Amino acid sequence: MDASQVIFILSAALILVSALLVVTVRNLIHAALWLIATLFGVAILYVLLEAGFLAVVQVVVYIGAIAIMFIFAVMLTRRDLLDKVPQTNENWPVALGVSALALVGIAFIVRGFVFSLDRIAAPLPENSLQMLGDALISPAAYVLPFEVASVLLLAAMIGAVYVAMNKK
Amino acid sequence: MEFWVDPIKVIFEWLMLTLTGWGLSGELAVVIVDLLGIIALIMGAMLLDIMLVWVERKVVARFQGRLGPNRVGPWGLFQPFPDIIKLIIKEDTTPVGADKLVFNLAPILSLASVIFLWAVLPLASTIVGVDLNVGLLYLVAAGAIGTLSIIMAGWSSNNKYALLGAYRMVANMVSYEIPMVVALLIPTVLSGTMSLKGITLAQSNVWFVVLSPLGALLFLIAAIAELGRSPFDLNEGESEIVSGFHIEYSGMKFGLFYAGELLHAFTFGAFIGVMFFGGWQWPLPWGEKYALVGIFNVLAKGMFFYWVIMWIKYTVPRIRIDHMLAFNWKFLTPLAFVLLMVTAIVHALFMNMAPWLYTLAMFLANVLVGWVTLEILRSNARKQRVAVEAPQPVAQH
Repeated sequence: MDASQVIFILSAALILVSALLVVTVRNLIHAALWLIATLFGVAILYVLLEAGFLAVVQVVVYIGAIAIMFIFAVMLTRRDLLDKVPQTNENWPVALGVSALALVGIAFIVRGFVFSLDRIAAPLPENSLQMLGDALISPAAYVLPFEVASVLLLAAMIGAVYVAMNKK
Repeated sequence: MEFWVDPIKVIFEWLMLTLTGWGLSGELAVVIVDLLGIIALIMGAMLLDIMLVWVERKVVARFQGRLGPNRVGPWGLFQPFPDIIKLIIKEDTTPVGADKLVFNLAPILSLASVIFLWAVLPLASTIVGVDLNVGLLYLVAAGAIGTLSIIMAGWSSNNKYALLGAYRMVANMVSYEIPMVVALLIPTVLSGTMSLKGITLAQSNVWFVVLSPLGALLFLIAAIAELGRSPFDLNEGESEIVSGFHIEYSGMKFGLFYAGELLHAFTFGAFIGVMFFGGWQWPLPWGEKYALVGIFNVLAKGMFFYWVIMWIKYTVPRIRIDHMLAFNWKFLTPLAFVLLMVTAIVHALFMNMAPWLYTLAMFLANVLVGWVTLEILRSNARKQRVAVEAPQPVAQH
């Protein structure tokens, strides 16, 4: 067992334990903090796969922006952050159905996998970051989805500004 | 002779020989030596941090026409040590109703987010923790963890002033991240890489501050905002919210926040030196070849920009939160985007021309952007002045 396998096992344990705690702890802020731990564990997995760019973006976007927005939303919308709040609402059967479906889907995909600690990701080419950048703006690859996503985000931003604007 | 060129390699090989000589397997020995290296780097940063306490106190005293610490040791040089003893023997208080685990974790994360930065800081051509090909983005990621630590401190303290301070700080950091990322993209465009070592090497002829003085200025402003130092220190705001997010921390836990802030300022100073002022390559000319000279160069530049940051801190008064947000969203962010576009276009146009022409075009483009910005600001100010000076309607009776 080499060092990267030890790191993999530790970070996988971190991800699983903290993901479980996200849905079981009763304090919403703690749930958000455990979610951050989960996302950080995923970033470690990206590093192990030599996808440094994805790892850093994972931390910048998910921990730096989305998780902090979660914490803000929880603090601003909840009247109290006590541990006594119910963990489910009346939609729980639907959620159960959806997650069962997702579980079946994942099981279906994972069926053919060979599980072994020896599997090592194929090394990325030296200029993978440049290739990613080229792919995002080349018409043959992903320029259309990239631009559509940008327009969508811009529309969402303008919408949020409009809703929040103080009409005179 | 080899030692002075690349000390890390010599020490590494010597340690490896020693450890494998003791019968350890090669892989385990590498892990142990790497760990030792990490610990040595952190120790170096923390020792520097101790002296920064003295530097900060002495410099602020001079700015305010005082003497500063001058009793313990020559020029008060050993003042930090009594400070540390005082911090350690103080009572360690935790407020009633505080979230203990989060409360204790926050100062550690705060200092850790600064130490993270040292992993990518190229101290010399051969001494760099890890030469990431996404080094600049890593800078932003470490800042995100700093934001997280502040919100954790503010929330877990069970104190409304702490929470207010944390809110202000997060609003500040999340907003100023945008001009900062755009300012970081300017060295990326100029050098074609996000690795800090690559950026330093790309400046062997011309520093990027000559190619993009506005970019360096934007980064400095965004860095000061990210640090939460005056004029952006609304998170502390002693006169309004009594030192904000770390109000409830006592003893060494407060010390961790304080040490983190000082080291953060110094580290950002060093990064400005690396990204815009040629890193290890000057003022002493042998920085490229001899590692220790390179370290001296980087640290000297870090100290200089740390002094600039202090100079601004103790000269400019705190600004109001609406001014701070307006300054970011209505001025810095548009300016940063315009500058990025201009830089990219000029780069594409002049990339294959003579170096002196490229440099001249880049510099003039920056001057032009700066001049247009100043003109727009002036006309805006004139408009506002006219609106204020306009005769107000007197109440009719």
